[in-house]
Amino acid sequence: MAELKPAGLYLEPVAGWGRHAVERGAVVRPERLLLPPGDRPVLPRGLGRSYGDAAVPASHGAFVLETARADRVVAFDRERGTLTCEAGLSLAEILRVFLPRGWFPPVTPGTKFVTVGGCVACDVHGKNHHRDGPFGRFVDRLVLQVADGSVVECGPERERELFLATVGGMGLTGLITEVTLRLQPVDSAWMVVETEPVPGLGAMLDGLRDAGKDWPYTVGWIDCLARGAALGRGILMRGRHASRAEAPAGPPPEPRRLDVPLDAPEWLLSPILMRGFNAAYYWKHARWSHARPPRGPARPVPCHGFFYPLDAIGGWNRLYGRRGFLQYQCVVPRAAGPPAVAELLERVVEAGTASFLAVIKDCGPESDAYLSFPLEGTTLALDLAYRGPRTETLVHELNATVIAAGGRVYLAKDAVTRAQDFALMVPRLAEWRKVRDRWDPEHRFRSAQSVRVLGDTP
Amino acid sequence: MKAAVVGATRGMGRALARLMAERGDALCLLGRDAAELEASARDLVARGARGVVATARLDLAEPAGFAAALDAADRALAAFDTLVVTAGDFAPQEALERDPARLGRLLDVNFTATALLCQQAAERLAGRGGGTVCAFSSVAGDRARRSNYLYGASKAGLSAFLEGLHLAYADRGVRVVCVRPGFVKTAMTAGLPVPPFAGEPDAVARVVLRAIDRGTPVVYAPPIWRFIMLVIRLLPRAVMRRVRF
Repeated sequence: MAELKPAGLYLEPVAGWGRHAVERGAVVRPERLLLPPGDRPVLPRGLGRSYGDAAVPASHGAFVLETARADRVVAFDRERGTLTCEAGLSLAEILRVFLPRGWFPPVTPGTKFVTVGGCVACDVHGKNHHRDGPFGRFVDRLVLQVADGSVVECGPERERELFLATVGGMGLTGLITEVTLRLQPVDSAWMVVETEPVPGLGAMLDGLRDAGKDWPYTVGWIDCLARGAALGRGILMRGRHASRAEAPAGPPPEPRRLDVPLDAPEWLLSPILMRGFNAAYYWKHARWSHARPPRGPARPVPCHGFFYPLDAIGGWNRLYGRRGFLQYQCVVPRAAGPPAVAELLERVVEAGTASFLAVIKDCGPESDAYLSFPLEGTTLALDLAYRGPRTETLVHELNATVIAAGGRVYLAKDAVTRAQDFALMVPRLAEWRKVRDRWDPEHRFRSAQSVRVLGDTP
Repeated sequence: MKAAVVGATRGMGRALARLMAERGDALCLLGRDAAELEASARDLVARGARGVVATARLDLAEPAGFAAALDAADRALAAFDTLVVTAGDFAPQEALERDPARLGRLLDVNFTATALLCQQAAERLAGRGGGTVCAFSSVAGDRARRSNYLYGASKAGLSAFLEGLHLAYADRGVRVVCVRPGFVKTAMTAGLPVPPFAGEPDAVARVVLRAIDRGTPVVYAPPIWRFIMLVIRLLPRAVMRRVRF
């Protein structure tokens, strides 16, 4: 319950979306983004949708600066769609305000409840990565308040090293206060979507590659409990923004939102029930798609349902129970291909660890940002209910496969990866460290994650 | 609606100004920090405000400047028809107990200055046929509690004043709305333990805007606080002495 520090500041529990790794921090939510005076360690945090410990304070009582109240639009160029905003503005708000005017985020992760600053810090990617790259590609300018308190502007040309270290830099180079990004023009708030059942992993990877040639958005949902020949079976989805002619008149209805009021009991995630859920999801889509041939004229669907299916369930993370869950997301280079992905899936199936659907997606070329996650290849994301050391062991085993394949894990999801493993995954880590050390020699910006994977002092 | 809004740069005032601007109300943002006012005005315009968005200086600590600020709002909006005061002062009880000067400032801003400003605006509106005065009090003013009675007293005074203002000006066409927010998650309350039934600024703003449109004399936000405070008001003082909230 309430715990007061001598100074009278209440320390509240802070966790990522996976609710595993919790630490109490002194949280402030200012409307003007300013570092506290002095050299006190600080952790910038957006809406807290990173899954692991990226936005968890480095130590008990450490200072957490939540940015979501700093959400003003500074300027909007209605000809070019260039938006300058304070870092706490959320994609949900961008969609609410700018989608009716024909503008859409250039890249969006699977939830709209993220801040623009968080999107930069994690260099998020979306279903269009194979074509458009990550979020950072659409950022023209950042304003940062760095460790010594000074305010610095950076961008692809200006202070380029600081820019490349900040995009994907997990908030460890400075407090991002302002972002200028390019929105993309769209004709409507509707999507043309095709779904197709695919019987196995090979077909899924081929399907993603073929779909990526013509479609801006592609993704696969995998029944990650199917074994043997059915390993990797799932649903392939392709989407694009509907043109004015295709879209129904008027905007889609406001998405309805249900809330999960309680932590779910752990038996709900028993392997049997989970297998049932995965199979039901597969067959529902398989039947639906057979009834409606994928090449036939598709009925447009609201964009919210396509991009943010889970946002319809507020607090869905509580479905994993009180102990929380890990989301494991990795990418393996195309050269390593299907064998590596199959090995990862087999290991998860073998472990019998309950998981809702897994997401598979092919990524385009790597970006210049030192710590940016995606690289050309296949990314796999799956939820693992947290069950103590055996879940962590599973992650280390998966990591070994990823390292052998020349891949890496996504820091925005990670809560477990060891420093020595992370160093093997990110060849440009030393370059990033050099830039960080120049701007923040004392590592004033730190998190539970930076302590774990970068060796910062707690 | 043509509204002069004090406190539109932050918290609930910011959320309320956005709702008003989005639906086409003309606004004049009043506050003491010119750069902040400008930033908030730019935000409203970039988000597609359809009406006028102007700014003018007003410092609640300087009542001598109120008339000039209301004149400026009148000029910008060609006579405003609504005044909204969301600004107020807050400090934890211990800080107020420790520092009498700090307590004096809080009482001055939350009660004296806000009452003076609303009184002037009501008179101005009555003189031109009517309008609305809406000010943010607090549930803390409904019942004194040992843990925040100093802040609560400033808001109790304001609530009583607004009730009287409503009675006095009803016949002259001025509607008075007293907003009593419960715990709302804003920068003002950051660092405090969040109690059950805490509200978000956006949701509170929607409730307040409906009350302004309808001229509801007293509005609780989130609405559940009406029932919570009903119960708390009924508790005997002997019970209030024992409970520690």
